[in-house]
Amino acid sequence: MEFLYASEVLVNGLMAGVMYALVALGFVLIYKASGVFNYAQGVMALFAAMTLVGIMEGRVPFAHLINAMFGVHVSHFGWTVPAIFGIALTALIMVGLAIAVEKLVLKHLVGQEPIILFMATIGLAWFLEGLGDVMWGADVKVLDVGLPQGISDGIEAATNDWLGYGFFIDKLDIWATVIAAALVAALVGFSQYTKQGRAMRAVADDHQAALSVGISLRFIWIMVWSIAGFVALVAGIMWGTKSGVQFSLSLIALKALPVLMLGGFTSIPGAIVGGLIIGMGEKLFEYFIGPMVGGATENWFAYVLALLFLVFRPQGLFGERIIERV
Amino acid sequence: MIATPATELTGEFTTDGRRTGPVLMDLKNITLRFGGVVAIKDISFDIREGEIRAIIGPNGAGKSSMLNVISGFYVPQEGEIWFEGARRPPMKPYEVARLGLARTFQNIALFDGMSVLDNIMTGRLNRMKAPLWAQAIWWGRAEREEVENREQVEKIIDFLEIQNIRKTPVGRLPYGLKKRVELARALAAEPRILLLDEPMAGMNVEEKEDMCRFILDVNDEFGTTIALIEHDMGVVMDLSDRVVVMDYGRKIGDGTPDEVRANPEVISAYLGVSQE
Repeated sequence: MEFLYASEVLVNGLMAGVMYALVALGFVLIYKASGVFNYAQGVMALFAAMTLVGIMEGRVPFAHLINAMFGVHVSHFGWTVPAIFGIALTALIMVGLAIAVEKLVLKHLVGQEPIILFMATIGLAWFLEGLGDVMWGADVKVLDVGLPQGISDGIEAATNDWLGYGFFIDKLDIWATVIAAALVAALVGFSQYTKQGRAMRAVADDHQAALSVGISLRFIWIMVWSIAGFVALVAGIMWGTKSGVQFSLSLIALKALPVLMLGGFTSIPGAIVGGLIIGMGEKLFEYFIGPMVGGATENWFAYVLALLFLVFRPQGLFGERIIERV
Repeated sequence: MIATPATELTGEFTTDGRRTGPVLMDLKNITLRFGGVVAIKDISFDIREGEIRAIIGPNGAGKSSMLNVISGFYVPQEGEIWFEGARRPPMKPYEVARLGLARTFQNIALFDGMSVLDNIMTGRLNRMKAPLWAQAIWWGRAEREEVENREQVEKIIDFLEIQNIRKTPVGRLPYGLKKRVELARALAAEPRILLLDEPMAGMNVEEKEDMCRFILDVNDEFGTTIALIEHDMGVVMDLSDRVVVMDYGRKIGDGTPDEVRANPEVISAYLGVSQE
């Protein structure tokens, strides 16, 4: 019984880890292709989720601004949009965002130090956060794209019959796992087997060489930021469905940091494995060690683990070895 | 030398009997400045189809700048570049590459994280036209293209004798082999002009001889037009059909290796004052 309960904790931890990995994936993509740590990734997830809710509920963008300027009272168009169209439209908006970021920010910072690009993404994060609030309002929104939620009765019944103990597993977590697996398969297929994927890896390695074989850096950057925007949208949908669309959603980026330090900043499989280890580790640690130290270990476990990795294996489990030739 | 419009020229022979074709690229009155520094001052020369054209000169003469102008990495303030009989507008380097100019770099620019094979395959990126979804699932046209391109690349790998390292990540290779992989990647693009930036720099004698042989073979077997920069005088004279000599951003000589060797200005500027 004790063992079964621990296994249930483990499974739930793995599924929570999938959610972390989803966020970390967006970071890895941009870091791989442009060497930029995109601080705005979390905010992009928030922005995508807000936009999706806004579109689906038929909210008027900038309603508060319009009301204040013209003394009118608009809030909703009066229609609702089905989830599938809402997601497609939001994905398009994320592509638009990628183009805007390239044209307004990255283009002007070509050849600058990574720290400068990093600072620019901090600016971008603040800007996007403000833009999201002005466009769609700062209230906590409910996101429902039709994903099943709640405890899966089927699994509980099945495990009860089989093991004599019913596993409590959230249907949303199961769906998140399936979707994340599909997303990763698509990303790996894209980067390993397509011309654009090969070009993306080339750009990540050497800008000059990429140019010399006829790769347009701007096109690749827009492409990568669009993909990262799409990954942010998926993460935003999952987290938004789970805990509502609100400012705290952007802070999931903080949970992605230890995942990246474990998995390595440059590895897509690393992001997945890192996420799983953190998710599983913090749940099991809380279960076994938590009671001895007064609980709430989930708040710090991931960061302590990341700290240990920084000391003993700074490139992470799957990251590229950092070798400086002198 | 009198500049002649490209269209009127037909093939002719150089003094040592090697065939060279019509003018492929014509550079007219190129001037390149960085702020107040003049890197290239009013230089004109042409590159003919099928020849090996060398640009030589002492350090800081502006050779690399010249190559960067040709490959689009620098845009000159003055002058015109004519390619295949048409004036080339100012372009980004990747656009120049798509026109059919492939290059190597003095300090080697390879994709270190990728295998030798993948590196060379990037040279053929612009030849793949199948839609994205077809590539991702390896279907129809995408499969045919990948197979065709792979065959071409394997030919080049055989040609440059790097079969045994084709799956090795480039980052692990020694310097001389990296240079060879870079040449292979440029060749994979089947370029109209192959630009080599100091292909022999930093190599030992054996590696230099190998590289020399490869350059000559590429020129002979594929008929590839080659423009190269080198400051090893002996190598250049053996290798090239015609030589441009630069010094302090100016052109001080242009002609066959024998002509250049006999040019008094070249002797004093580049080889030091003659001892005879």
